[in-house]
Amino acid sequence: MDYNHIIEKLPYSKPFLFVDSLTHVDSNGVQGSFCFHKELDFYRGHFKNQPITPGVILTECCAQIGLVCLGIYLLSETPDIKINDLDVGFSSSEMEFYLSVYPGEKVSVFSEKIYFRFNKLKCKVKMYNAAEKLVCKGELAGMIKNSTNGT
Amino acid sequence: MEKEDYYQQLRGIVQPYLPEDVTIKDVTPESHFINELNINSANLVDIVLDVEDAFGITLENDDMDQMQTVNDAIAIINKKRS
Repeated sequence: MDYNHIIEKLPYSKPFLFVDSLTHVDSNGVQGSFCFHKELDFYRGHFKNQPITPGVILTECCAQIGLVCLGIYLLSETPDIKINDLDVGFSSSEMEFYLSVYPGEKVSVFSEKIYFRFNKLKCKVKMYNAAEKLVCKGELAGMIKNSTNGT
Repeated sequence: MEKEDYYQQLRGIVQPYLPEDVTIKDVTPESHFINELNINSANLVDIVLDVEDAFGITLENDDMDQMQTVNDAIAIINKKRS
């Protein structure tokens, strides 16, 4: 199944788009992946002479796949809503980190909906590396709504 | 009397969501959740979900839009429980 129509609605672009593809989406959750290319700019400074993907970027990747992609799907399922411009806002994160992600690594994000009510989406997220080892996990929440619809 | 009970119960629900610069003493029936109690829209959703659980009711989007102050919340609880 092709989920490019969801990725096209994401309000991000390079260098701050952290979604390459989605492998599954339904009303309860989403799975997607991203490859942290060696050329990403933050590797020059995190850390000096020792590039490792920052935890905040791993969190952002989890949020873009786990919250925003899922949120777009859930909004698109709402009757009478045609998604145009999205208003998104990160509202809370509680993450734990287990393994480092180095330049060039591909990660997979699995997100499970806890609830989506009144435009707030809260999810449990997990990120795995290519060896299928747990990189990080936690709970993320954000507000997502269609700004042109006014609701 | 029931209204007073709702008010006291609501204060208990709101308290954990108050930011550090707002205390439970600042909460009055007239308090505006977002403008006066500095509760953000995401936490207001959690307050609504806690209200639903505590009072055994379900709020709709319209109720959420109308729930601006503590009194608004009490009115919605009253309406849903009657």
